Amino acid sequence: MNKIKKLTGMPLFLPIFCMILVMAVNIIYDVANGNFALNFFTISIRNGILYGRLIDILNRGSEIAILAIGMTLVVSSSAGTDISVGSVMSLAASFCCMLLAGYGVSSTNELAMPLIIGVLGGMLMGCVCGAFNGFLVANLNVQPMVATLILYSAARAIGLLLCNNMIVYVRVPSFKVFGDYVGIIPTPIIIAAVCIIIITLVLKKTALGLYIQSVGINKKASRIAGIKSEKMIFLCYVICGLCAGIAGIVAASRISSADSNNIGKNFELDAILSVALGGNSLGGGKFRLAGSIIGAYTIQAITTTLYAIGVSTEQAPVYKAVIVIIIVAVQAPPVKAFFKKWSAKRQLAKGGAA
Amino acid sequence: MKKKLVSVLMCAAMTATVLAGCGSSSTTTTTDTSSADTSAADTSASNAAETTAATEAAADASADASASGDVLTIGFAQVGHESDWRTASTNSCQTVFTAENGYDLQFVDCDNDSAVQIEAVRGFIEQDVDYIIIDPIVSTGWDTVLTECEDAGIPVIVIDRTIDDSDKYVSWVGSNFKTEGLAAGEWLKAYAELKGIEDINVLVIEGSTGASATIGRTDGFKEIADREGWTILDSQNGDFTQAGGQEVMESYCKSYEGQFNVVICQNDNEAFGAMDAMKNAGVSYGVDGDVILVSFDACTAGLEYVLSGDINADFECNPLAAPFVEEVIQTLEAGGTPEKEVYMSEHWFVNEDILSSITVDGEEQELTVVDQAVVDAQY
Repeated sequence: MNKIKKLTGMPLFLPIFCMILVMAVNIIYDVANGNFALNFFTISIRNGILYGRLIDILNRGSEIAILAIGMTLVVSSSAGTDISVGSVMSLAASFCCMLLAGYGVSSTNELAMPLIIGVLGGMLMGCVCGAFNGFLVANLNVQPMVATLILYSAARAIGLLLCNNMIVYVRVPSFKVFGDYVGIIPTPIIIAAVCIIIITLVLKKTALGLYIQSVGINKKASRIAGIKSEKMIFLCYVICGLCAGIAGIVAASRISSADSNNIGKNFELDAILSVALGGNSLGGGKFRLAGSIIGAYTIQAITTTLYAIGVSTEQAPVYKAVIVIIIVAVQAPPVKAFFKKWSAKRQLAKGGAA
Repeated sequence: MKKKLVSVLMCAAMTATVLAGCGSSSTTTTTDTSSADTSAADTSASNAAETTAATEAAADASADASASGDVLTIGFAQVGHESDWRTASTNSCQTVFTAENGYDLQFVDCDNDSAVQIEAVRGFIEQDVDYIIIDPIVSTGWDTVLTECEDAGIPVIVIDRTIDDSDKYVSWVGSNFKTEGLAAGEWLKAYAELKGIEDINVLVIEGSTGASATIGRTDGFKEIADREGWTILDSQNGDFTQAGGQEVMESYCKSYEGQFNVVICQNDNEAFGAMDAMKNAGVSYGVDGDVILVSFDACTAGLEYVLSGDINADFECNPLAAPFVEEVIQTLEAGGTPEKEVYMSEHWFVNEDILSSITVDGEEQELTVVDQAVVDAQY
């Protein structure tokens, strides 16, 4: 009993529990179909690369996971969401591909300039967008949603202008590598892991994490305590923009093209959802980065599960909605309180019987 | 102080980017397409960048209009610019309806927003254009605005997608998606017979749910599949994108390992994605492979893959509607009545020269074997 209590008391218990729950659906499905029960979880090496549904989840979920990092910081520091990340992804991808292919070229087999310039350009574009958002929110005190709404609608269009209204294909193996494989491991997984490790180290080893939380909890008090609140918020938005830039480059590399209209479409919603699924309050303040990351992979696990089970396309959004409602409801404070009470009652009954 | 300086610099950089974007767009609008982005200014263009670009262009365009005498003014409300196909469709109109040919084209890119499109059409009525071309983003909700066009005496020509809840337009010019689906089925039947393949197990990667291309191609192909008794293992949505096709195929490769020998992608981008996924899963496809890959749209990039033998057959969806629209307009100018539904001619492209024609709906239709010349000639 105590062990269970210890387990359920762990801070990330609920997000992890929800992810396991989603994946458990697959075991039931496989057993019902007479397949090997752990079919979904089997990982093998085929054709020289890692192969399996779990790998798919980790691979496809990379972009959302990278976005979730930035989104968590933004939500924590400014108590608002950055809804421009999807569009910024698209802009960064377009800028990167435009640099690599040259302006006005719709398809290229050789790079117009070194790969590193294109990649850094895309990341820089993300930072610039983030800085723009950050300036509006931190210095001009614009509501985060309103401030980021500007780039939400404009960034995609700027990307299209950069690409001369075309899908720019960069059919070069060295560019393709970011969305492909390094050795046997999909590169997006590595990129996401590196991003997560770097940001975790920065948050743990410096006071940045603490500063961000304190600004999120009370901006004024933090300022009086000597933290430059505006600078913190500004920094969070820049990091968020950078994450969007990286995610954009990964998404573009996957399809070796800058498809401005479709890259990062609705990703801002998935990123916000992963923060919420991770048990973080959208009201700012305390945050758990690991929760958001787990949330991001949970979303991808839902998508992959729906593909695996073969839910028809028209019905898929309904199932997704139902799962999300359950996950959010389980983590809601009143429900948590109810379970606490319930278990306390049981304990009491047990005590009485003895 | 330092902080402020940095913010100001960042802000300036941002503005510069926006301006740079606009600048490059206006330089690309050359003489014959100078009106390209024009009337986006009248419609509530959703973003600042585009509006600035549009206002710049609008200045030249109005100068053009006042200078010209009895040109035919044509308003074109395009869906957006989501794919190469759409770009080809836009280019087709911009090259046919030029000032040299005696037209003044007012082009509005509606960015896949149906409200913007309806506003664009109202804008055309106010400008009193001679003809309105609409590629409807959605198929319903058109009756009111088309009645307004009728009251203003402006003939409307619908291209590509269809309008279901109104018949107040003179003509619809477009592709017969069902025929494309039927053709794919008939080709597969003839091809399988030639190759001696008896068991046909199909995986379909559909287009966006509800799009007329998705519905038509699905229905057409399913009709043949049911008639021939083929198994359609699964049919899921790839949203007409490469990433979508990749993800769906990745999942198919695991769910139906070794069970399928035909993959039908409802557009080229999905086929590119499916090829990536099959390559990673170690499934061989195309002319020399285990899986027959069929695609639709036949854009240049698609045909390149047909040429290299990665895609077995590609069924065209002709984007070049403008010449057919011009015919309709000429008929109207001459006082005639054009047909209500104009189907554009389309080609079926294959890699192997083993079949010369297929019978679709009782009609003999030619197959085009792809060579470099065919690829170069494609849009």
